[in-house]
Amino acid sequence: MTQPLGLLAELTHRCPLACPYCSNPLVLESRTDELDTATWSRVFQEAAAMGVLQVHLSGGEPAARRDLREIVAAARDAGLYTNLITSAIGLDAVRLAGLQKAGLDHVQLSIQDIDAGSADRIAGYGGAHVRKLAFARHVVQLGLALTVNTVIHRANIGNTPALVALAAELGAGRIEVAHAQYHGWALRNRDALMPTAEQVFRAMEQVEPLRAAYSDRLVIDLVVPDYYASQPKPCMGGWARRSLNVTPAGRVLPCHAAETIPGLEFWSVRDRDLAEIWSQSPAFQAFRGTEWMREPCRSCDRREIDFGGCRCQALAIAGDAREADPACALSPYHARMQDLARPVQHDAPLTYAYRGRPAA
Amino acid sequence: MAVERGTQDDSHPRLAPGVRLHFDKARDGWVLLAPERVIEAEGPAHEILRRCDGKRSVADIVDELATLYVEDRAVIEGDVVAMLAELVAKRLILNGP
Repeated sequence: MTQPLGLLAELTHRCPLACPYCSNPLVLESRTDELDTATWSRVFQEAAAMGVLQVHLSGGEPAARRDLREIVAAARDAGLYTNLITSAIGLDAVRLAGLQKAGLDHVQLSIQDIDAGSADRIAGYGGAHVRKLAFARHVVQLGLALTVNTVIHRANIGNTPALVALAAELGAGRIEVAHAQYHGWALRNRDALMPTAEQVFRAMEQVEPLRAAYSDRLVIDLVVPDYYASQPKPCMGGWARRSLNVTPAGRVLPCHAAETIPGLEFWSVRDRDLAEIWSQSPAFQAFRGTEWMREPCRSCDRREIDFGGCRCQALAIAGDAREADPACALSPYHARMQDLARPVQHDAPLTYAYRGRPAA
Repeated sequence: MAVERGTQDDSHPRLAPGVRLHFDKARDGWVLLAPERVIEAEGPAHEILRRCDGKRSVADIVDELATLYVEDRAVIEGDVVAMLAELVAKRLILNGP
């Protein structure tokens, strides 16, 4: 059994934004169920002891937690590389400086688009974009490392090169150009988010020359879109192989969207040590390794490269989490996945279902 | 944003913001931690990286490693410059003047 390298700590599901591509579940965990500071601190110590090197403090918006500074300090005290994944809302320069003093290593900031009108509409939050730009400058002024994460979908895909330019201008050392992945709210909004194949291929082509153009200041990491792929991604580096995810209430998941798979039993850090959960919890054991696989995965040369791809996507599209990821051209459901991208009316107005808001 | 210079004798390499050396107790070895990256940094790699403090020049680092490993300076220089160039290309090391 491998030792995990990364822990995604979902500190809260609360978030002032309501991005339609959010991969969080449709039913969110409430504030009253959230783990307290001491429990997170214990989880970080247990994670470090079992080989985790990096913690990603995520949400929701982590800044919605009043004890964020104590949580950062606890993560660093455990020896973990501490990455804050934030929308910037709720973090002013003073609070950010406090996080830096507590030992924060890195900040990942979401940017929705290049202009405030479109970006705020996507985020469902007026004034967010301007605050994000100001926050990015604070991060860089403090000498903290900054990654810009931009989720790409139909409303902003034409601005991909401009988003890279914006990240460079803000002083980011890295940008994630992440084509939307359809889980949770993103699956609900798939028809409004899905770009055309032409848009996707053009946006991917546009990124390549930018790598060289920005090589002296910016690393560009591209997350390629599954719906137009022919080989699946090694989702999470393989189920229960490299990372684990703790929800705001303390349930431990092999991946962010694992709760969508029926019949999996998840254990909680409230009841057990993280190492025991990693090695023995039924949810982690369910798809660990290759024994669970059916054809075409079972006899495939790539079974230990992509580990069958994404279990949640197999469930969502093939109807069974034990199937190959339909992103794979060898999957009998591959054509169905391509069809899901095709019939969308790409010129239809973009109407999103926003979390916590009445339907338009 | 400052444009990075190449790795020369008189450049002063340092770890980029958000990059740090860490002793991984669980695996009993040194690693370089960076955003979404973990890179093994054992033996000579660790000896080079722990000297990338922005104060030592590349020439200083080569001198120290040549002494440490009792090895021909030109051989060490080739290894040090090659490793630093690779890490500069990945934006994990920055070269100061």
